[in-house]
Amino acid sequence: MKLLSVPLSTLKPGEKSNVVHLDVLGLLRRRILDLGIVPGTVLTCIGKAPAGDPIAYLIRGTVIALRSEDACLIAVEQV
Amino acid sequence: MKLKLGDHSNALQYHSRVMREQFGIRTTGEQYVIALAGNPNVGKSTVFNALTGLHQHTGNWPGKTVDNAQGNYSYRNKSFLLVDLPGTYSLLAHSVEEEIARDFICFGQPDATIVVLDATSLERNLNLALQVMEISSKVIICVNLIDEARKKKLSINFDELEKELGVPIVPTAARNREGLADLQKAVYSMVVEKKKTWPKQIPYSEEVEQAISALLPKVEELSLARVVNPKWLALRLLDSDVSFIETISRYSAIQPLRTVASQRQGGEFTL
Repeated sequence: MKLLSVPLSTLKPGEKSNVVHLDVLGLLRRRILDLGIVPGTVLTCIGKAPAGDPIAYLIRGTVIALRSEDACLIAVEQV
Repeated sequence: MKLKLGDHSNALQYHSRVMREQFGIRTTGEQYVIALAGNPNVGKSTVFNALTGLHQHTGNWPGKTVDNAQGNYSYRNKSFLLVDLPGTYSLLAHSVEEEIARDFICFGQPDATIVVLDATSLERNLNLALQVMEISSKVIICVNLIDEARKKKLSINFDELEKELGVPIVPTAARNREGLADLQKAVYSMVVEKKKTWPKQIPYSEEVEQAISALLPKVEELSLARVVNPKWLALRLLDSDVSFIETISRYSAIQPLRTVASQRQGGEFTL
């Protein structure tokens, strides 16, 4: 069964997901790709800041914090 | 990859002097310029200090090396000027650090670029290495922090990596001076002995490759195309990277196109 994709920002700490699609163009897309976030990348939500923003993710062995407005643009499916 | 280097003309030498001076770099005659690039926090400045014996401030936070720092070292009676570039994940997005690093690799005409990678997270670091290899064939990859990788029980097949990427790979732990002699040797073979490399190139979709082919004849007329891979320049034009196109124009203004044309016909050129 294939799960529907959800925005990365909806992940709770400890949850793992697989990137399916980047809903962003231009420089921000470039930036996200350069951080190692491409379709197929496995991301783990590590924790959220008290206000829920930014959110820290484990990406290819490095912890990177994303603004939730940017994390919204990354479609993932849970694994 | 074929870079149109060919004849090392007077024009090119004049060029490199002008461009280097724009970056505040003054070489003394027979000095080779080596750029040091890498992701943030991979130990670039530690490599820099270990090679030059300088004490540029190193610290565990990003963005520490904002402008470029320079230092000398000698190896087998040759002098090398090492330029420490700011740490970047990419050469294509547009932070100030990235522009400094990119402009130096493109226009500063280093004799070689050392890309420092973190052995414990090669996967994310190789992105920058591939981008630099797209611009220039004179690339040496320094896989630093191998002591950390050992601690994490990671083993890296350097021979296979070198075969795969087509450029020299040197494992180092700059903190303990491990591998530095090999790094100096690799730089020496590349810039003094002119050892060739075959950097792996990433193929693009057919559509993009066709567009590149259409642009190439024009791009190859630029004097810059003799030191920077013309295919990469064509890709930036396709990207409509306006700020970079302006930079190319500034660069080309130093040596107008027609001098290159006259040079091609074997004519004399004046500067």
